[in-house]
Amino acid sequence: MGPKVLVLRTAGTNCDYETEYAFQIAGAETALIHINNLITGRANLDEYHILALPGGFSYGDDVAAGILLANEIKHKLGDLLRNFVDSGKLIIGICNGFQVLVRAGLLPGFNSQIAQEATLALNTSAKFECRWVHLETQQTACAFTQGLKQRIFLPIAHAEGRFTAPNQILDELESNRQVVFRYVAPNGKSPLYPDNPNGSDLQIAGICDPTGRIFGMMPHPERFLTRLNHPHWTREHLPEKGDGFNIFQNAVTFVRQNFS
Amino acid sequence: MDVKRIPIRNVDETELTRISREGMLSLNLAEMKAIQSYFIQQGREPTDVEIETIAQTWSEHCVHKTFKSRIEYAENGGTVEVIDGLFNSYIRRATEEIGKDWCVSVFVDNAGIVEFDDEYNIAFKVETHNHPSAIEPYGGAGTGVGGVIRDSLGTGLGAKPILNTDVFCFGPLDLAYNQLPTGSLHPRRVFKGVVAGVRDYGNRMGIPTANGAILFDSRFTGNPLVFCGNVGLISKNRCAKSVHPGDLILAVGGRTGRDGIHGATFSSLELDDASENLGSVVQIGNPIMEKKIVDVLMEARDRGLFRSITDCGAGGFSSAVGEMGKDTGAEVHLENVRLKYEGLAPWEIWLSEAQERMVLALPPENLEAMMELCDAELVEATVLGEFTDSRKLRVSYGGNLAAELDMHFLHEGLPTLTKKAVWEMPCFPEPPDRTVVTGKNGVLDGSNVPDFTQDLCAILGSPNVASKEWVIRQYDHEVQGGVVLKPLVGVENDGPSDACVVTPVLGSHKGVIVANGINPKYSDIDPYHSAAAAIDEALRNVIAVGGKLESTALLDNFSWGNPDKPDRLGGLVRAAKACYDIATAYGTPFISGKDSLYNEYRDTTTGKQLAIPSTLLISACCVIPDVKRAITMDAKSPGNLIYVLGKTYRELGASHYYDIHGFVGNSVPIVRPEEGKATMVALSRAVEERLIYSCHDCSEGGIGVAAAEMAFSGGFGMELNLAYAPRDAEVIGDDVLLFAESNSRFILEVSHENRAAFEERMEGVPFGCIGSTIEQPEFVVKGIGGETVIQTQIYQLKEAWQSTFRDGG
Repeated sequence: MGPKVLVLRTAGTNCDYETEYAFQIAGAETALIHINNLITGRANLDEYHILALPGGFSYGDDVAAGILLANEIKHKLGDLLRNFVDSGKLIIGICNGFQVLVRAGLLPGFNSQIAQEATLALNTSAKFECRWVHLETQQTACAFTQGLKQRIFLPIAHAEGRFTAPNQILDELESNRQVVFRYVAPNGKSPLYPDNPNGSDLQIAGICDPTGRIFGMMPHPERFLTRLNHPHWTREHLPEKGDGFNIFQNAVTFVRQNFS
Repeated sequence: MDVKRIPIRNVDETELTRISREGMLSLNLAEMKAIQSYFIQQGREPTDVEIETIAQTWSEHCVHKTFKSRIEYAENGGTVEVIDGLFNSYIRRATEEIGKDWCVSVFVDNAGIVEFDDEYNIAFKVETHNHPSAIEPYGGAGTGVGGVIRDSLGTGLGAKPILNTDVFCFGPLDLAYNQLPTGSLHPRRVFKGVVAGVRDYGNRMGIPTANGAILFDSRFTGNPLVFCGNVGLISKNRCAKSVHPGDLILAVGGRTGRDGIHGATFSSLELDDASENLGSVVQIGNPIMEKKIVDVLMEARDRGLFRSITDCGAGGFSSAVGEMGKDTGAEVHLENVRLKYEGLAPWEIWLSEAQERMVLALPPENLEAMMELCDAELVEATVLGEFTDSRKLRVSYGGNLAAELDMHFLHEGLPTLTKKAVWEMPCFPEPPDRTVVTGKNGVLDGSNVPDFTQDLCAILGSPNVASKEWVIRQYDHEVQGGVVLKPLVGVENDGPSDACVVTPVLGSHKGVIVANGINPKYSDIDPYHSAAAAIDEALRNVIAVGGKLESTALLDNFSWGNPDKPDRLGGLVRAAKACYDIATAYGTPFISGKDSLYNEYRDTTTGKQLAIPSTLLISACCVIPDVKRAITMDAKSPGNLIYVLGKTYRELGASHYYDIHGFVGNSVPIVRPEEGKATMVALSRAVEERLIYSCHDCSEGGIGVAAAEMAFSGGFGMELNLAYAPRDAEVIGDDVLLFAESNSRFILEVSHENRAAFEERMEGVPFGCIGSTIEQPEFVVKGIGGETVIQTQIYQLKEAWQSTFRDGG
């Protein structure tokens, strides 16, 4: 049985097409499922190995980015998701999906209690921005980023991406090695705006839960799958595969190794 | 709320005119009389629903009567030429004569359709949303985006939106408040509101906005222009639609409210300070509702559930149902319409332009499946009635008949107008000679050799040319994962790309180039040359990134003043003639177009009538087999040769160079299509053979600006010598070579290695090697006489270009 990915959608989801495509070229089967079909039981989460929450503006990001979908997940799919994670399966949230995972309390997910411990606030530039950023991969247990290059390049596109939390939470994230990606200046130094595009605490761009199986990030790996996605492909020699591809590949490999 | 009768059978002409004006019907006397005689024939008085239906259907916005009318046209007081419709004579005729077999559907559906690959076609439509954006910039612009997306969705059986393109024209952002016409919003407010509206709608729909332009002129202050375009991807077997009697009329999406009433007829009126009281003419947008509709309709389309679809745009249900049932007949029960709130009169329900609504023709046997699909995603859908074979449009409300109109009268009964048009060639003061002009700027150096560095910086920083990065970054131009040539390119991802390229089918290298051309400044001198230059510019942008003329299609969007004024209409005739001449010469057909007329603002305090500069936006799309052959405009490495392709003429009229010195002049750049076509064909071939490293089109600011942009976007300096640029014999000044905006020219970067092969390919085309790229950040230009006329660093040029709008202006 090949790895199967459920790409969850609801009103306002986008990025679903390219997220499905990313998993497909990494060797997975994908299904794009509306959340109502999970709630009513018309679709069965247990049939899948990876749950992907793609980017977009779920329910218009009304109130705050991702909060309505986060509440829906928490209150209507909480047990389903807990069982999914406990059975060793993977969840990835990208951009709006990351905002949902944080607001639903699945990330950082210090204990199995679902409670929100951090947030993704309005960018310090106070506006939506689309730009490419450099990221530094941290040494973590994250199943999605094992063996990734130390420095990768990906686009962001968001208005609410400033990761922030009380100091004790940040300390715990650090000591647990849950910070997966940090924004970094092109010269490797600590980034200022726009290299840290949103003003995130500790330059945090992505985090995982203590198991490394729930992972969320603001940048979009599904937008850098081939060299033609890179803004410099007309001026530099680049490898055929983009930096984002390995994240999907790792997830698929993880499933093959653990669920075959 | 009931249906009202409006007695018109026994009233005189004055009363007919009053009924039209006070009802905001925008119908002229001839039209009112045609309606009067129809109802005399019917032996009854019309209802308000009927009158309103006719007014919407016959509105300039819906039926484009100016472009269809007979025109008596005279140029410079000469003999009268009779034109049997601008659209048929110039636009449609061009497309027919060019006869491209890849044109799948032109001028008939909500968007033009061209072939893409074996499985898909591409739909492309551009529209304006000018008047709503003048009154409520955020809502007006947002619903402009929403509306054009629904055009793609309402093309064939529904195209998937894959790209947005937006072009705006605003008043100057630094306009003094005491210069603001009574009742109009400050350009800064309009600019920020429009950008935010486009951003929030496009981003929430998950559609990349990757191409556009922003222009400024004080005459756009009371009447800004907002052009919104959308490209869609549609399966080849989903491009045809039909309506069968017995099909259900299904409304899908948002509820109907009192927003957007009279939008269609409102757009046929000039604006003034009372226009803002017409608050209900502007619609209220909800992009998430529209995204839900896209999701449901794409699924319903793929399952073949419906037979036809159109969007509820101007005129609301009255237009959508009236248009779909044109050849059959339709029966609608207005009480079935779901309302946002109670209290709407029947005619308001029928006309409302409330957003995010689509109308489908649904075979009754598919109703259950369709409703199930909608219910699962919480999208409302309601059966309003059915299509019939009566050839009548019947509308009832609560069991009472509200309208019964013959489809034939509704769609063919509009009297053909005859309009008068005149054109007088204007004459602007010519600036004194070059030395005096530059001397005024105080930049003559001691040896009497002019230094043009300041002029170059001034043009780079002028609002039309300056970087729009502050705006572009607020649009998601990466979503859907297929934008391979982005709006910002170069070593620091901030150079101005000539066009964008998208690969809508991930995994395939087949792509679409989307570009635009617009230059309202030229139309002050002659709208013919403005239109010609707009076409040339759009094509240059396509060619510059690797497209070809033979697979390029054009869209025309005219934004003009009041066409009832002969001089305004005369300019429109000139522009339409250029469209025919230049499009046929280049062999690039029009596939869709739109016009927005009556763009004038009356300042009730000064009594001044302000017409916008006559503006034609040309949008171009070109399907390319392999995006890997596309190129960008940023200089790639030091030590390469810089070429100018195409001849420079003594054409500084309406240039940015004249503009920064306060002149218009008369020598507007003209298009020489034989030269232009030879240049573009040769260049396309050289790009295909990978002989070109980078290419930038010469437009605003000429060779000087184009070369500077290439240099600072690539992060390399340049050493150039103007003596080697191809030039007409009349060109004697360095400033003409630097800043003339002559058409059909490009700047290219070619390696020494490719020099011979490149020059061989360019045989018969004017070209010259003017210098090379250098490692050092110096930008040095020598004049025809060998003296240095520009010496600066690329960082300074870039700073001039970026500082204007760095924080939003």
